[in-house]
Amino acid sequence: MDERELIENIAYNVIQGRVEAEDEGIDQGLEGQPGVTELVGQAIEQGVDTRRLVLEGLSEPMEKVGAKYESGEYLIPDMLAAAECVGAAMDLLGPKMLEAGVESKGKFVIATVHGDLHDIGKNIVAIMLKGAGYEVIDMGNNIPTARIVDKIKETNAPFLGLSALLTTTMRVMSEVIASLQENGLRDKVKVLIGGAPTSGKFAAEVGADAYCRDAFQAIDVLKEMARS
Amino acid sequence: MTELFRESIIVKPYERLRRDQVEHLDKASMAILADPGFWCFNERAAKLYEQHGATVVDDILGSARCRRVRLPEGLVREAVAKAPSRLVLGARNPANRLVLDAEVPRIYFGSGSETNVWLETRMEDFVSVSEPTEKIRVPRFSELRGDSALLGRAARLCDRLEHLDFFIRPVNVQDPGITEDNHDVNKFFASLNNITKHVQAGLTKLERLPDVARMAEIIAGGPEALGENPVISFIACIFKSPLEMVDDTAEKVFAIVESGFPLVISSSPQGGSSAPIQEAGMAAQINAEILAGIVLTQLIREGAPVLYGSVPVRARMDDLHDLYGCPEFNHYNNDCVQLARFYGIPCYSTAGVGDAKRPGMQATFEKMLTHMYMAMSGAQYIHYAFGLLDRTNTFCPVQAVLDNEQVGKVKHCLRDPKVSEDHVNDAVKMIRKVLSSGNRLYARHARKAIHSGDVSDPYLFEDKGHDDRVIEKASERLAELDALPAPHLDASVVDAIFREVPGILPGLRTSA
Repeated sequence: MDERELIENIAYNVIQGRVEAEDEGIDQGLEGQPGVTELVGQAIEQGVDTRRLVLEGLSEPMEKVGAKYESGEYLIPDMLAAAECVGAAMDLLGPKMLEAGVESKGKFVIATVHGDLHDIGKNIVAIMLKGAGYEVIDMGNNIPTARIVDKIKETNAPFLGLSALLTTTMRVMSEVIASLQENGLRDKVKVLIGGAPTSGKFAAEVGADAYCRDAFQAIDVLKEMARS
Repeated sequence: MTELFRESIIVKPYERLRRDQVEHLDKASMAILADPGFWCFNERAAKLYEQHGATVVDDILGSARCRRVRLPEGLVREAVAKAPSRLVLGARNPANRLVLDAEVPRIYFGSGSETNVWLETRMEDFVSVSEPTEKIRVPRFSELRGDSALLGRAARLCDRLEHLDFFIRPVNVQDPGITEDNHDVNKFFASLNNITKHVQAGLTKLERLPDVARMAEIIAGGPEALGENPVISFIACIFKSPLEMVDDTAEKVFAIVESGFPLVISSSPQGGSSAPIQEAGMAAQINAEILAGIVLTQLIREGAPVLYGSVPVRARMDDLHDLYGCPEFNHYNNDCVQLARFYGIPCYSTAGVGDAKRPGMQATFEKMLTHMYMAMSGAQYIHYAFGLLDRTNTFCPVQAVLDNEQVGKVKHCLRDPKVSEDHVNDAVKMIRKVLSSGNRLYARHARKAIHSGDVSDPYLFEDKGHDDRVIEKASERLAELDALPAPHLDASVVDAIFREVPGILPGLRTSA
C-alpha cells in the first residue's frame, strides 16, 4: 500500500471502529483484515508522514463520526469505537507526534473519587478525550484525595476530571478541590466534575470549574476553556 | 413470486390451557353442536348439513321460522379435518404476501373494524391561569364522518406503518353517493388503490361479489394470477350469538367459498350477554359457532381456504357495552387460539382495541395488555390492532401511529432468542477480550447488533425533557407519513377497473 492508500485505509477503519484485526466493523466481513493498530504499525515502518497521518487518517474520520453522531446515524458505541482507534493510534505514534510537531491538547488527569468503585462513565470520558487529542492520565477508581493531588503536582496537568456515581461519595469532590487549594495548585488546574448525582449547581457549590453531563459536553467545555 | 412473503416473527406460544383443558372445551363444543345444535335461518345451508348427516328439524325462534341443525361429532371432525392448515393471502406487492400456517405460530398484525368516526388530532397552546408565562401544548380532537377519501387515507397510512402486515378497512364509507349496492366496489377500490398489502373486508351485497372479484383479477393480472396471489379475502360473521346462523351471511359464505377466495369464519359473542361470561362457557360456545361455520365451508367445497375467526369480547357490567382492555378478553382469545391450533386451522384473532375514547394513558394500557398477550399466544393473524378507540367505534390515525410503535416493540420482544452454541462461544470470547482491556467497556462491541437492528431503539415518541409530548410527536410523525407519495395503481389498471367495474365514485379515480 502506498502512503495515500494506507492513510485512507486507516481513516476507513477509524470510522468502522476497528482497533485491531480481529475486530468486527459496521460493514460485513472485515474480521481478520488489518485494523488501525496493524495499519498504523505499517505506516510507522514505511515512514509515513506523521502529521498527515494524524490529520487525514485520524482527526478527519473522527470528525466524520462526530457528524454522523450529531445527525443521529451513529450512536455512542460508534463514537467510542472510533475514539478507541484514535487513542490506540496515538499510543503507537507517541514520540513521533512531538517530532512531527503534532501537539497534544493537554494533559488530562481523570479519576473516580475515594470510596466510589464506579468507573464506566469515567472510562467513556477518558476514551473520548483521548480520541479528541488529549493526553489522558487515567488513575482508575476509588482514588484517595492525596494521590490525585500528588498526580497533578507530578504531571503539571492543566485539567482534572473527577467522577462519582454515589450521593455519598460526590462530597469527596469538595475535599479534592480544598486539598488542591491547600497545596497551592487550584489556580493551575481546571477541575471538571461529572457523574449521575452531580449537577451544575453542585459544581458551583464545591467550587469546580465546570459540570459535564457527559463526555461530549466535556469536550465542548474543554474547547471553550481553550478559547478563553 | 411464490417464494416471496412478508417477514414476521415466529413466537414460542404461551398456552394458557393444558391439553386436557383444550379437550374439555372441544368436547363441550361438540356437545353443544349435538344438543341444542344451532338455529339456522338459511335453507340452503340446512339442506347441505342434512345431506351430510346432520339432524335438521323445523323450529321457531321468537316468531321467526327456522331450522334447528344438530351436528354429529363425526361430521364436524371429518369436515374440519379437510380445512387446509396453511394458506396464503396475497398482496399487490408480492413481498407483502402472508403465509398463515396452523402449525407455525408466525404472527401478523393488522387493522380492523369498520368505524363510522375518524378522529382527527391537532395540537393547541394553553396558558396557565396562575402563571401566564407558562404555556403547554395539548392535543385537541375533532370527529369526522368516515368516507371513501378517509378510507383511502387510512390505507395509505397503513401501507407506511412498517409493523402493520395486513389491511382491514378501519373506517366506513358514508359518502353521499354510497349506496348498499356500490358499497363493496368503493371500499375495495379505495383500499386497493392506496395500499400494497393484503386487503380484507366483509361483503355488503352478495350480488356485487363478481364485480369485486373482477377488480381483484385486474389488479392481480388475471384469474390465474389472482388464484396464486389472492390480493383480497373476505370475512363472514355467520353467527349471531348465541348460535343463530344468519340467512344472508350464510348465502355470502356459499358465494365466497365457491369463488375460491380465502374466507374468515368469525364469531363475536359478548361474555355476559350473548355468551357466558365464564371462560369455559364462552370458549365452548364461540368454538361451536366457528366450527359450524367451518364445517359449512368444507361441505360447500372441500379444502376451501378458511381462517378460524375468533372475536370474543366481554360485557361491561355497568352498561353492557363491549369491554376489550380486560383480562377476560385475553383469556377468551387465548383459548380460541389454542382451539384453532388443536384443529389445525390458522387463527384470525384480536388485540389492541382501546376502550378509551381518546389517545392517552388509558388507551396505551388497554392496548398493551392485549397486544402483548395475544402476540404471545401465537395467533397467526391478529386484527383490530391499529388505531381503534372507543371500543371499535372510532379510528384515530395518530393512535394508529402510536400502535405501530407498540406492535413493533411487541414483535421485537418476542423474537427468537439468539442463544445458540455459536452465540455463546462468541459471547465468551467477547467477555474475555473486554475484561482484558483497560476500560472494560462493552459498548464498542454493541455496534454490529445496533446497526443490524438486533437492538431496539428507545420509544419513538419520548421527549428529551421532562414533558410527555407523545401525542404531539406522534402527530408530527403522522404528518410526515401523510406527506409521502401514495402507492396508487398504474393508470392503465385504474382505467380498466373503471371501465369494467360499475359504481365506483368518480372522485376516487387517480391517474398515477
